[in-house]
Amino acid sequence: MYIAKVYITLKPTVNDPQGLTIRGALHTLGFSTVQEVRAGKYIEIKIEENDLTKARAEVQDMCKKLLANTVIENFRFELEPLKAF
Amino acid sequence: MKFGIVVFPGTWSDRDCYYSIHNICGQDAVYIWHKETDLSGCDCIVLPGGFSYGDYLRTGAIARFSPVMDSVADFSHKGRPVIGICNGFQVLCEAHLLPGVLRQNDHLQYRCQWTYLKTENNATPFTAKCRKGQVLKIPISHYEGRYYADDSVIKELEDTDRVAFRYGTPSGEVTKEANPNGALNNIAGIVNKQGNVLGMMPHPERSCEDILGSSDGNIIWESIIASI
Repeated sequence: MYIAKVYITLKPTVNDPQGLTIRGALHTLGFSTVQEVRAGKYIEIKIEENDLTKARAEVQDMCKKLLANTVIENFRFELEPLKAF
Repeated sequence: MKFGIVVFPGTWSDRDCYYSIHNICGQDAVYIWHKETDLSGCDCIVLPGGFSYGDYLRTGAIARFSPVMDSVADFSHKGRPVIGICNGFQVLCEAHLLPGVLRQNDHLQYRCQWTYLKTENNATPFTAKCRKGQVLKIPISHYEGRYYADDSVIKELEDTDRVAFRYGTPSGEVTKEANPNGALNNIAGIVNKQGNVLGMMPHPERSCEDILGSSDGNIIWESIIASI
């Protein structure tokens, strides 16, 4: 078993109004050091697969097909082994 | 002619589409549950507005894998008309039947308001009854309607006359102020390369009777009917 930790982020060229709004709120709270905020998504997926190469290929496929929209988003992921229950 | 109105879990504008197509325009219309795959007998497929699958992950991202969508893609590849409205537009983009993506409005507010659409291309099956430049008063109702695509796609859309509608003023001027969501180049609706798939954020089905404030939306159904 593996757990995939998937990070989906906006491409650097894509405007992020949500990030800008969060930055505004942080400034309001007095965090004046804040330069830039970009918001993204984090997804955890448990996979019944013991072969790391296969697991990696499968998660890559999931990201391309569904989890990220590659028109506007980049993705990366980490795989960590899990003990079977 | 017969319109097939696709219903996903979370679709909410299916009944308004049915009403405007059947009661107002006098055409046959059937609902097609998203688990169905048989589109036979339909002359045009409508993907209505709503929140398919709760807009989870991204708008339209999960609906595009519903069983009906393979049939919708086949239908469109045969050159037959498919129109996606609001969430339907988002689904068509996720399904790669149209390029680009609909992102959160730049002001991060949900907008329910009248918009004035300048008809940029009246040579599509969806706009054939419009005059070029005709302004249509049709409402929007969305949080994620800001059309975005990379520069090369926008250039291609512009160069090949695939922008069907742009947000403008009541007199048809395309201005920054008339843009309700930050869409690139004020884009409100586009067609695919073949011209038989239209995606638009505004809701023609909600401007089908004068008592609602406008009946301008009917011209889109009437154009489709005339082109079949």
